[in-house]
Amino acid sequence: MIIRNSAALIPLILLFTAVSIPIVALKKKQIAFFMVMIATSLSVIISFYNIFRVLKVGTIHYHFGGWIPPIGIEYVLDPLSSFICLVINVIALLVLIHSKKIIEMESNIKSVPYYALVLLMLTGFNGIVLTGDFFNLYVFLEICSLAMYGLISVGGKQAPVAAFRYLIMGAIGGSFYLLGVGFLYIKTGSLNMADVRSIIPHLYDEPTVIVAISLMVIGFGIKMAVFPLHGWLPDAYTYAPTTSSALIAPTGTKIGAYAMLRTLFFVFGVNYVSKTLHITDILAWLSAIGIIYGSIMAIAQKGMKRMLAYSSVSQIGYIGLGIGLCNPLGLIGAVLHVMNHAIMKACLFLVAGNYRVKLGHSNIFKLNDNIRKKMPWTTAAFTVAALSMIGIPPTLGFFSKWYLALGTIKNSSWIFLAVLLISSLLNAVYFFRVLEKVYLKPMSSNDLEEPNMSKNSKADEVSSSALIPVLILSVALIILGLLNTIIVKGIIEKMIPAGM
Amino acid sequence: MNIQSCYTSFVPLYAILVSLLAVPLIIFSSKKKNLREFWTIGASLIKFGLVISLIPNALLNKTAEISIVEISPGIELALKADPFGVFFALVASGLWIFTSFYSIGYVRGLKDKKQTRYFSYFAICLSSTIGVAFAANLLTFVVFYEILTIATYPLVIHKEDEKSIRAGRKYLAYTLTAGSLLIAATALTYQITNNLDFKAGGMFKGIALTPNMALVLFLLFLGGVGVKASIMPLHSWLPTAMAAPTPVSALLHAVAVVKSGVFGIVRVALFVFGPKLMYELGLNNILVVFAGFTIIVASLMALKQDNLKRRLAYSTISHLSYIVLGTALLSSSAILGAIMHIAFHATMKITLFFCAGAIYVNLHKENISELNGVGKVMPWTMGAFAVGSIGLTGIPPVNGFVSKWYIGLGALQANNLIALIILIISGLLNAAYFFPILHRAFFRSGENLEGKKEASPFMVVPLVITAMLAVLLGIYPDFLFHFYHLAAMVVTNVLGVIS
Repeated sequence: MIIRNSAALIPLILLFTAVSIPIVALKKKQIAFFMVMIATSLSVIISFYNIFRVLKVGTIHYHFGGWIPPIGIEYVLDPLSSFICLVINVIALLVLIHSKKIIEMESNIKSVPYYALVLLMLTGFNGIVLTGDFFNLYVFLEICSLAMYGLISVGGKQAPVAAFRYLIMGAIGGSFYLLGVGFLYIKTGSLNMADVRSIIPHLYDEPTVIVAISLMVIGFGIKMAVFPLHGWLPDAYTYAPTTSSALIAPTGTKIGAYAMLRTLFFVFGVNYVSKTLHITDILAWLSAIGIIYGSIMAIAQKGMKRMLAYSSVSQIGYIGLGIGLCNPLGLIGAVLHVMNHAIMKACLFLVAGNYRVKLGHSNIFKLNDNIRKKMPWTTAAFTVAALSMIGIPPTLGFFSKWYLALGTIKNSSWIFLAVLLISSLLNAVYFFRVLEKVYLKPMSSNDLEEPNMSKNSKADEVSSSALIPVLILSVALIILGLLNTIIVKGIIEKMIPAGM
Repeated sequence: MNIQSCYTSFVPLYAILVSLLAVPLIIFSSKKKNLREFWTIGASLIKFGLVISLIPNALLNKTAEISIVEISPGIELALKADPFGVFFALVASGLWIFTSFYSIGYVRGLKDKKQTRYFSYFAICLSSTIGVAFAANLLTFVVFYEILTIATYPLVIHKEDEKSIRAGRKYLAYTLTAGSLLIAATALTYQITNNLDFKAGGMFKGIALTPNMALVLFLLFLGGVGVKASIMPLHSWLPTAMAAPTPVSALLHAVAVVKSGVFGIVRVALFVFGPKLMYELGLNNILVVFAGFTIIVASLMALKQDNLKRRLAYSTISHLSYIVLGTALLSSSAILGAIMHIAFHATMKITLFFCAGAIYVNLHKENISELNGVGKVMPWTMGAFAVGSIGLTGIPPVNGFVSKWYIGLGALQANNLIALIILIISGLLNAAYFFPILHRAFFRSGENLEGKKEASPFMVVPLVITAMLAVLLGIYPDFLFHFYHLAAMVVTNVLGVIS
């Protein structure tokens, strides 16, 4: 029975655990962490199982409660959704392992409600990815957004403001999306994606549909933080506690990208959105601007987390560009970059967290080579992730750049090709700036005044629960880079929608 | 007699891996210096042995092939030890042995910090250089080329002072930009040909390529590999990167890194575009112009450098363009000479850099104006320096004469008198910037040199051997390593396709 219901199992397990944590862990706080571990580990295992099953038997449709769509809610496991699900859950598991010791050090976090919120957010993420129903997607979107506001607001002093800003933007995004769904429902009379897909070709000329699609795209655009709808992102990532930013940055925006991809290509149809409405062109151009803008802003930052946040704006652009290119290679690049960016950003934010644990800050200009002597492994992981961000082979970053470059050439979009290449150089600028500091800048006497810096340069790594996830992520970047073809051929090529 | 055939062999892969595997060993024995250096020497000897073992089959035009893993649908990370690859690998791995011994003397002589990092990255650089040599297709080439870029950075900034950090930045700015162009060129080629395998005589055979497209593609490639080959105006990172320790300059900036650049140019010209297409579209003329300009201007700039290493750097820039020029002339002798110059320039220039380093460690002198009378104190070192200078000027019996002779012959074959004139002028300029150094060292008397002796044997022995090698190869170019035969093989493979 469990096997038959595996499609719906992940959100249910996560939701159930989220709700039961505050009750079970009421007396003993430590239980919360173990419950989280069990729930996320189970999600990872089921995600693996799902992906292999999908590859074996093809797309799986799961009808909730046995109700046949369009009346009932349907979950769809196809290569795209099972892949994104796997990425999210694996990253979440690693980041949460990392959180074990870190969470106790953040002063204003109560671990029990925090973990409950984390699981609620993951419920939302998985739900969005798995559902085949527009309204159900909205519900999960709101669940994860509300959880995210909470997770961000428990950070530093400015965090509540950042969270509030995100709340406003997120609520606007959600409303846009809901309005879009409403318009769509008026015309099609259905909320099921597959059902809408079969009806929509007859309504391609209807202005209502065009309005609906525009509203939905803006809604997703805010969630995805596509330029110029990214305003909420830098503050939110900067001021959120380590675990929150390491969870949200790699996965949160990808959910928006996924929803965008799903809606545009799998519901409205490739030809309609690209040739008739030119939405993909607009997306590609905005993304291209975002890529450059994000990189330049990242160069201008002093704090490492804020730099990483702006770099996220730029990296989301890669994904948007890949989608916007509207050809198979671009799509391969975009999906591979979803995975690549999830791994890199999780790794980088965790490293920033590890630095904060030891130094109390992650200000780039205050870093010096003492931190590398103290934390050689963390810094090595940072280096690998940075090289992947720049796109140096054989890391995964090189290959997502490679597919995206092939995609731009396929469309003869030379400007986008130039944008990709320039951006990787800008990435080199802001990452080598940090690498120079942590490897080459000797400790000066001013640095000694800082409370957490002792002069002895003995290795003093963070605890293994905080180190191992970072190392796994960085090694994964190299291994998955060399083996990327297995993923591309085995899974991603199967995602390419009809008509591309 | 010249049928190219292939066989599967792991040797090229082992040749890459051996120095990579040495890296953890080097790191783990960082406390025991002698053991650590043992790994470096051991790896370099094994690597050289592996490359040597590929020669007999390469001379029969049998190519060792191995594909490791598919890195993009339809493109393998594949290695192929064709005669040209073996030729370059031979140069790089052979000279690594000398550099390893020399490095030991150098870093210990200066009591450098971070010697472990130094030896580790040196080993990684050599792995990627051999990878560049054996890359069977463009994407594999790009992968190793980029790794080489990154692995060289820690060596450039080795001294960790303000000057070398700035040099490192400049180095990265140039090479990473070039890497981006190379990736663009590779992706573009893939869209056109759907196949990235290097092929002697060109990979665009039977594929319609508009002249404009070909030009854009060629310029992208030129930008991509031209930076490491330091064709002017893309050269200025190289003199700056001389802030690195001398063995790094010697091996990387005379052998591995810059030669990867020219190796790339030869690959692009003869194995991607092919001589026929190059000639038909007039692309070779672009190369001739750039190379000719670089040869003359770099020699002139070398004249006014007082810093010995900087003068050698400009001389390197000029001599790299000999190779580019020879390739661009597209005649059989010119290509033969160009390929041989890859090896011969390497032996001579590494000797000169070794000498510069020995002088620096022993006497702490960097400038030419301070070298008065050094020849009397360090006769072996300056003797070797004399051999290298004579060779680069193109005077027999040193090997520089041989390669230059063939390039000159090739210029006549190609009816390109201007190229010949450039070669002659450059020879004079070489004499003009090298011989004053010899004059100072041997015929002027210096001050404060009492009690100074030769540098440590770790340094002197390698440089004497490389100098002797340069002479031996000048008298008998096919000596031991069959450089002449291998180069001739490349020429027939490349040109045989058109005739």
